[in-house]
Amino acid sequence: MVPLSYYLALSGVLFAIGTAGVFLRRNLITVMLSIEIMLNAVNLTFVAAGRYAGTVEGQIITFFVMTVAAAEAAVGLALVIALFRHRETLSPDAYTALKW
Amino acid sequence: METLAFSVFAVIAVISSALVVGQRNPMHSVMLLIVSFGALSGLYVLLDAPFTAVTQIIIYAGAIMVLFLFVVMLLNAGREFQPGDPAAVVIGTTGRRLGAVLSFLFGIQILWALSNVGVGWLGEGTTESVSSVRNIGRSLFTDHAFAFEVTSILILVAMVGAVVLARKER
Repeated sequence: MVPLSYYLALSGVLFAIGTAGVFLRRNLITVMLSIEIMLNAVNLTFVAAGRYAGTVEGQIITFFVMTVAAAEAAVGLALVIALFRHRETLSPDAYTALKW
Repeated sequence: METLAFSVFAVIAVISSALVVGQRNPMHSVMLLIVSFGALSGLYVLLDAPFTAVTQIIIYAGAIMVLFLFVVMLLNAGREFQPGDPAAVVIGTTGRRLGAVLSFLFGIQILWALSNVGVGWLGEGTTESVSSVRNIGRSLFTDHAFAFEVTSILILVAMVGAVVLARKER
């Protein structure tokens, strides 16, 4: 059986990649994709820990994370569309004002 | 054998995730993210979680990524905003360099923390399977029934919010 630490290390690497995407990219859609990568890294941690603890709880939490991710994607993409309508750009640097 | 499968899926997941961040075309990013989700789904199968693997494919690769694809096509934002320099991801402005350093430090930090965490209480892992769909369903509808119902309200609110936000203004 693959040791749990392998799964944790993989999940850590994936989470770091997602963080790098949020920090480095200047495109709202890619930033949201990076957030999805981070959510998936956390999901992997939950499932692996649940498997090695011998319970089903890890998968239950993953299920809830997936539904929250779906809701987040819907609202976030609606926000992106609304913002794009105002400024015709996807760069987060263009949105520095709370009101215009 | 299991280690080999783990290595293959892990390498696919890491490479495709890194390419998602590295791509300049959002369309390619979305496609590569679907590849990454497929590899993660394979890892879930290795972890004896077939139900999670299937929901990963159906919900993430099927529903959420289609949503992203719709928005990418709708906005027609094929190319990235800032003029020129393709190497700007690594060698960009000061803020960018700071971001690269911070995320690198963050990765080191996570690996360090994980190397120190004690997972002894988890033991060597049980060999008998606990994660049949029957067990998941029973746990979901008895122990976690309240959270399950609240989730439906969350999705309803998200749906109304998305409609209100994306509506054309008069």
